[in-house]
Amino acid sequence: MTNMLEVADLGHTYGEHQAIAGLSFNVGAGELVCVVGPSGCGKSTLLRTISGLITPSHGSVDLNGDHLAVVFQDYSRSLFPWLSVQGNVEFPLRRTTKRAERRRRAAEALEWVGLTDAAKKNPWQLSGGMQQRVAIARALAYQPSLLLMDEPFASVDAQTRFELEDLLLKVRRELGATVLVVTHDIDEAVYLGDRILVLSGSPARLVADLKVDLPAVRDQVTTRTDEKFVTLRSRVARLLNVGKPTVDIAKWAAAERESLAEEALADR
Amino acid sequence: MRVFTRGLLGIAGFLVVWELFGRSPLVPDDALPPPSVVVGELFTQLSDQMFIRHVIATVLALLIAVVVAVVIAVPSGLVLGSVPAVRHATRAVIEFLRPIPSVALIPLALVMLGFGPETKITLAVYAALWPILFNTIYALDELDPVMVDTARAFGCGRIRVLLQVALPSALPFVLTGIRLAATTALVVLVSVELMSGSEIGIGYFIMEARSGAGRMDQVLVGTVVAGAIGVLVNGGLERARRRWVAW
Repeated sequence: MTNMLEVADLGHTYGEHQAIAGLSFNVGAGELVCVVGPSGCGKSTLLRTISGLITPSHGSVDLNGDHLAVVFQDYSRSLFPWLSVQGNVEFPLRRTTKRAERRRRAAEALEWVGLTDAAKKNPWQLSGGMQQRVAIARALAYQPSLLLMDEPFASVDAQTRFELEDLLLKVRRELGATVLVVTHDIDEAVYLGDRILVLSGSPARLVADLKVDLPAVRDQVTTRTDEKFVTLRSRVARLLNVGKPTVDIAKWAAAERESLAEEALADR
Repeated sequence: MRVFTRGLLGIAGFLVVWELFGRSPLVPDDALPPPSVVVGELFTQLSDQMFIRHVIATVLALLIAVVVAVVIAVPSGLVLGSVPAVRHATRAVIEFLRPIPSVALIPLALVMLGFGPETKITLAVYAALWPILFNTIYALDELDPVMVDTARAFGCGRIRVLLQVALPSALPFVLTGIRLAATTALVVLVSVELMSGSEIGIGYFIMEARSGAGRMDQVLVGTVVAGAIGVLVNGGLERARRRWVAW
């Protein structure tokens, strides 16, 4: 299997604070890889370095393709309110593609996510789950070599979340897309992933690279009760020290706030 | 509908007070003609070609001034709002120029530009620049970083982000700025016309009516028409904002 993404010895520091350190991993073509780690461990820094929004202070990121697309957690701020749903999906194609072809690809992407009827609407007229589907359609229309997703389903209710997870699995199966999902949700990582990368707390280092030995077609009820699913989620939970008294949740939360604040500063 | 009815009642009340006040012995004769007289004169004037030309002159000058102000202020605002170095360098000059009332610049403008329409238009542009400029800068300060990240992640460079993300997202603020600017520009235009910085326009009409025959009814016709232009421009721009930038 050829690698679509190669990350080698990646490190990043904001001033004194080291967010990520010595991260090396690959994502193969057509793979769906989930990155899990405690809150504030530097997951969003990792995503920002891979997407090129920040230049890492150490190491390298190599994309084996011409471009990637990002789906952010905050769909309501990521979609452009002055554009229709279709306009949003066409947005990344403006630079590269002629009008007629843009139309066609946007219509196609909206069909994949089941939003053909909403094309002419404005994003703010849709529910949260539908807005995130627009963001996914926009990313897919761009035909990225790598689809990056930053906590993509963390801002929707549980029911919608299940629907969106299954939608993601369906489209990536049909399109053979390569996907990297950053999440703090262990169940989600196991349910979605072909592989799971477990990160340690700040600075983020790679703790484990686990293969998910579940069938390609998954189901919210049966998969989640599958013995392999349960075993794997416990294993990831243990790696993340979840529930152990040694884990200081307050400290994590403080570290997360700090790293976000520093990141905001660094962006200025 | 209820709001509309209440609005009409308010106007009716105002007209009654004006009528009573105009006819009362408290004000000297002919100093404040009552609305019944002014409305009659208004219809007379509206069928007078000369008066219509005065109105057109002021409205046209207003239109030109606002367009010129937008063309200068929006791009400047985009640059000042997105390049901190330029903003810091120009801050002192802007803070000095901004509080100067445009009316205080009338004598200077008359000497420099003469009595043609360019004088009043220049001064109106000067007054209209600030609300548009500051609203544009403010809008860029409020620009959502997630939107910028989204565009950058899709490979958009600085210029593309500025024109395709920052500018449209600033639009609601910019339109509010234009609305404020249009009202201010109208005040300045009529002021300059009043101070004989022009040979045509509503302000000039008012001045002539007062200084010649002392026709206060005509003075008030000019005032009412100037007010009506202000209301129409303000309302029109507000409707445009609601229609085009509904988010």
